[in-house]
Amino acid sequence: MATELIPVDQEDEKPAGPAIAVRDLRVRYGEREILHGINFEVPTAETMVILGGSGSGKSTLLRTLVGLERPSSGEIWIRGRNFAALSGADRDDLLKKMGMSFQGGALFGSMSVGENVSLPLREHTELDDVTIGIIVRLKLDQVGLSGFENYKPAQLSGGMKKRAAIARALAMDPEILFFDEPSAGLDPIIAAGIDELILKLKKAFRMTIVVVTHELASAFLIADRAIVLDKGVIVANGTMTELRASKHPRVRQFLDRVPEPEISEEMDYLQMLTGETPPQRR
Amino acid sequence: MPLTENIGEATINGLAYLGDLAQLTGNAARAVFIGPFRGKSVSFTRAVHQAMAVGIEALPIASLISFFIGMILALQGAYELRRLGALQLVASAVAISMTRELGPLMTAIIVIGRSGSAFAAEIGTMKVNEEIDALQTMALEPVHFLVAPKFLAMILMLPCLTTWSDFMGVLGGALFGISSAGFTLESYLRATIDAIVMRDIITGLIKSLMFGIVITAVGCQEGFSTGLGSEQVGRSTTSAVVKSIFLVIAVDLVFTAIFYFTAPR
Repeated sequence: MATELIPVDQEDEKPAGPAIAVRDLRVRYGEREILHGINFEVPTAETMVILGGSGSGKSTLLRTLVGLERPSSGEIWIRGRNFAALSGADRDDLLKKMGMSFQGGALFGSMSVGENVSLPLREHTELDDVTIGIIVRLKLDQVGLSGFENYKPAQLSGGMKKRAAIARALAMDPEILFFDEPSAGLDPIIAAGIDELILKLKKAFRMTIVVVTHELASAFLIADRAIVLDKGVIVANGTMTELRASKHPRVRQFLDRVPEPEISEEMDYLQMLTGETPPQRR
Repeated sequence: MPLTENIGEATINGLAYLGDLAQLTGNAARAVFIGPFRGKSVSFTRAVHQAMAVGIEALPIASLISFFIGMILALQGAYELRRLGALQLVASAVAISMTRELGPLMTAIIVIGRSGSAFAAEIGTMKVNEEIDALQTMALEPVHFLVAPKFLAMILMLPCLTTWSDFMGVLGGALFGISSAGFTLESYLRATIDAIVMRDIITGLIKSLMFGIVITAVGCQEGFSTGLGSEQVGRSTTSAVVKSIFLVIAVDLVFTAIFYFTAPR
C-alpha cells in the first residue's frame, strides 16, 4: 500500500502519489495523547471518510490535517511536502490548496455571503473586483446559492449556511476539500442535498475530499474508502466494501449501531454512583 | 493550598498574562509597521472602519463627559482657591489636571467601555463560531487580519480623542470661570494657554498612546482566550473591561512617576 512520495517543485504539477499521506501521527493536548500513531493515505481524487464515535479523535485528526493543531510527532504529506513541518509562506501556499468546510459553517457574521466567498480571493490574489465578482457568483452557483450574494449569514437556513461555507472553501480552487460533519444538524432532505453536492464536486473537479462524519448513510453514499477511529487509533482502513465485511468488534459495533454494554459488575456500578474506590474484593 | 503557594501562582499567572499581552502587541505592531515592507500591509478599509468606531463614534460621549469633568474640576478647585483668594488660578488648575491626567484617563475609560469590550465580544464570538479557525485554514493570520487594524486605529485615534477631550474639559472649566469667577471666554483661554506648557500636553498624549496599546491588547487577548460556548463571550467582555481599567491605571501610575522624576526642576 505504501506509495513512493514524489516531491513537487512546480506549482501546478500534481504529485503522482497519494494526495495525503499521514505517517505515525501523534497529537497531544497537554499531558493527554489524543491520537496514538495514525497512518493512512488518501489517493488523489478520491473521497475518504473518517468515521468514529464521540471522543474517538476524529475531529482532532481533521483539525490536525488542516493545520489547526500541531502534531507532537509524525508527518502529514500533502502534495509531496510535509505539511506538519512547514511554516511561514510555504505553509500558507499549501493551505491555499486546501479548503475547509466547518460544522457550523463558520461564516463571518459581519460580512455578506458574497464577501465571505470573496475574502480569500481579495487577500491572496491580485484579481480586480469584476473578476472576483464573477468567481463569487460562479462558486455560489456551484453550490446552488445563486442570488444570495448580499444576504448576511444570519439570514440563511442551516443548509444554506453549509452551502455558503462550501462555496467559500471552493473560492481558491483547492485540490483538497475537508468537511467537518457536513450533514450534522440538518434534516434528511437537506443532508442528502449536501451529500449530492460533495459527490458532484468530486466528479466535476476531480477533488480529493476528506469528510469527518458519524452519519453512516451519508458515509456509504459519498465515500470511496474510510477509516474508523476508536480511542485515537485506526481500527479499520479500506474501501467501503471491505469495511462492510470487517470483523473488528468496534467496527461491527459502529456499523450495526450497537450501544455500549452497560456496566454489569455491581461493585463497579456502586463505585460509579458513589464516586469512591470500591472496597477490596476477595 | 498554603498562602505562599497561592501568591506564587497568582504572580506567575499575572506575569504570563502580561507576556501574552506583550506578544500580541508585538505581533500587531510588526503587522502594522513591518508588514507593508513585506508586501502584506494592513487593510486600509478595515483600519478606517475601526478608526470610525473607536474615535469618531466616541466623540459625542467623550465630549460630554470631558465637559462635565472640566466643570467638576473647576468647581472643586474653586472651593479651595476661593478661601485663598486665588480664584483666578482656577483656569490653570483645570488646564493642568485635564491635559496631564484626567483627559487621557477619562478618554481611555470611555474607550474601554465602548471599544475594548467590543473587541473582546467580536473576537470572542468569532472564536466560539470557529471563525478564527476558518481564518487560519484560509492562510489568514488572525492577528494580522483582526488585531492589526484595531491596533492601528487605536494608536492613532486615542491621542486625537484625548486632545479633543482636553479641549472640551477646558471649555467645561470656562463655563464655570465665566459664570462665577469673573473671566471672559478670551481671558479664560489666555489663562489656560499661559498655564500649560507643551510638556503637559505631550506627557498626556504619550500616556494616551500607551493606554491605546493596553486597551487593544487586553480586549483582543480576552477575545482570543474565550472558551467554548456563547456565555463565555460575556465573561470575556466583562473581564476585558475590568482588566483594561486596572492595567490602564497601573500604566498611568508608572508613566506619571517617570514624568515626575524626569521633569526639569
